[in-house]
Amino acid sequence: MTAEPILRARGIVKTYGAVVALDGVDLDLNAGEILAVIGDNGAGKSTLIKCLTGAEIPDVGNLEVAGSEVHFRRPQDAHAAGIETVYQTLSLAPDLDIASNMFLGREIRRRGPLGGVLRMLDHKRMRQLAAENVSKLGIRTLQDITQVVETLSGGQRQAVAIARAVAFGSRIVVLDEPTAALGVRETAQVLDVVTGLREAGLGVILISHNMPNVFQVADRIHIQRLGRRIATISPESHTPAEAVAIMTGATSAPAHVGALSKEDRP
Amino acid sequence: MATTINTELSAAEAFKTRPLTPLQRVHRILHLHPEISPMIALVIAMLVFQLANERFLSPGNISLILQQVAVVGSLAVAQTLVILTGGIDLSVGALMILVSMVMGSLVGLTGLPGPIAFAIGILVGLLAGLLNGVLVSVLRLPPFITTLGTLSIFLALALLMSNGVAIQGEKLGGFLLWTAVAFSVGPFNFTVGVILMLLMYVGMGFVLHQTGWGRHVYAVGSDPLAARLSGINTRRVLMSVYAVAGVLVTLSAWILIGRNNAATTSAAVDVNLDSITAVVIGGTSLFGGRGALLGTFLGAITVAVFRNGLSLARVDVLYQTLAIGILILFAVALDQWIRRAGVKG
Repeated sequence: MTAEPILRARGIVKTYGAVVALDGVDLDLNAGEILAVIGDNGAGKSTLIKCLTGAEIPDVGNLEVAGSEVHFRRPQDAHAAGIETVYQTLSLAPDLDIASNMFLGREIRRRGPLGGVLRMLDHKRMRQLAAENVSKLGIRTLQDITQVVETLSGGQRQAVAIARAVAFGSRIVVLDEPTAALGVRETAQVLDVVTGLREAGLGVILISHNMPNVFQVADRIHIQRLGRRIATISPESHTPAEAVAIMTGATSAPAHVGALSKEDRP
Repeated sequence: MATTINTELSAAEAFKTRPLTPLQRVHRILHLHPEISPMIALVIAMLVFQLANERFLSPGNISLILQQVAVVGSLAVAQTLVILTGGIDLSVGALMILVSMVMGSLVGLTGLPGPIAFAIGILVGLLAGLLNGVLVSVLRLPPFITTLGTLSIFLALALLMSNGVAIQGEKLGGFLLWTAVAFSVGPFNFTVGVILMLLMYVGMGFVLHQTGWGRHVYAVGSDPLAARLSGINTRRVLMSVYAVAGVLVTLSAWILIGRNNAATTSAAVDVNLDSITAVVIGGTSLFGGRGALLGTFLGAITVAVFRNGLSLARVDVLYQTLAIGILILFAVALDQWIRRAGVKG
């Protein structure tokens, strides 16, 4: 484990009018680690992810990637820092084909004056790379890379979004409910991919409601409750039932994370 | 990366890979190629009109149709760009009149050389487009209302500037009237304006399908949030679309001056709605994200063919309008059917 966390968030606050979505959240992610983030509905998981990936700008708080402070204003900034995200909404353009979606916002241009002057895209190369990345995931029902995303099933769309994140993520991959639309076997494939990212030395943040999945792959588990990190546990130190109890407030959290002693209820 | 790939399919997957029904096949082909439906409509219309009057497909009449379509057809290029983003532009017609009056006045009243007047016209088009773009992308006003407002502004400016007086062709000089210059290719008779319109389609078609910006225009129209999360600056894309539309409208104004042999505010009252008609019949979705310029071109030609063919068949002009109305409803219903989800993956 490296001394410096690859991603460190301190005191992240995000409010929407009177609604406090995040109330000073801390988060640490190490390289070569899968950090699961769990929490009840409305605990601020998705907002936290959005603040870490440039989709939302936090009101207060600072963010460090590999030791240097960053200020993400938009998703491109996070992409540039090597952070890729699979959002719950998948963020795919339904009218574009699979290859166009994979390279959306970072299209490959042709070499030479055709690309430089005329700014022509290299459709062939993008299709080829997209096909390679999709087949790496082992999703079999996805064959035609020129298929329009609108015609794909939910699970296939999820595969495209995951393939995109895996293809471009160089430091950190964040997955918000990546297995929600998948069957048992596809879920196993995605978890395989997630552990593969860990082996490759990336940091992975996995948001999931699925406790067996979380306990199967996570190294540490960040428990979010009422807009705060209430505990960080590991699959060895706690059982799924204990994690759920902490998550819902039935049990008080273990004391090793600071600034949570107050038992706030709505 | 360790992945296991099993080769046998489950029952559900086997069901998923079942052959498509003929209707699903049609649905999928139309989804991938939105220009096919206007193509079919156009071919049928041309056959019917040819049966009604054998002069319809004569080179002379085809040349006439192309000249009649040049103004609306070129305007529909700008309209397509805006509609692809999920917007609509009610101001392109008024802007075209404003720009034609600006260019006409500069040459006809102040004696400025044509190319300089044209350059100023481009600038006016660009600024007007940017105004729409800022209102839509920065202030986030709905495009319909925004362009309804700028429609009045552009038209009022054109009338205030000219006092409603037209500037006749003899004062406009060779450059502004160049779009009216005719030449023959075999039995066909083209004008520079027709060629300019065709070049607009080819040029913007290239930009839309071969450049990253073109992909981004489609993505913003398809799902703005997804486009933003994918790292596209959606605001800048929207702004640039309206700005480019403004510049394209300047070219339409140039064609308009040549076509009318005058710069006049009374020209082309219906062209704005006609440009929307062409886009819709061309299979471009009013919800954005899907469509193509080839479809718009076919749509514009289809409208012109209907008007011309029904005239040749001596059908009352009111029935022409009726027929085009029915055509629009067909096109929109087809779009809804194509758009509806439920095609299996």
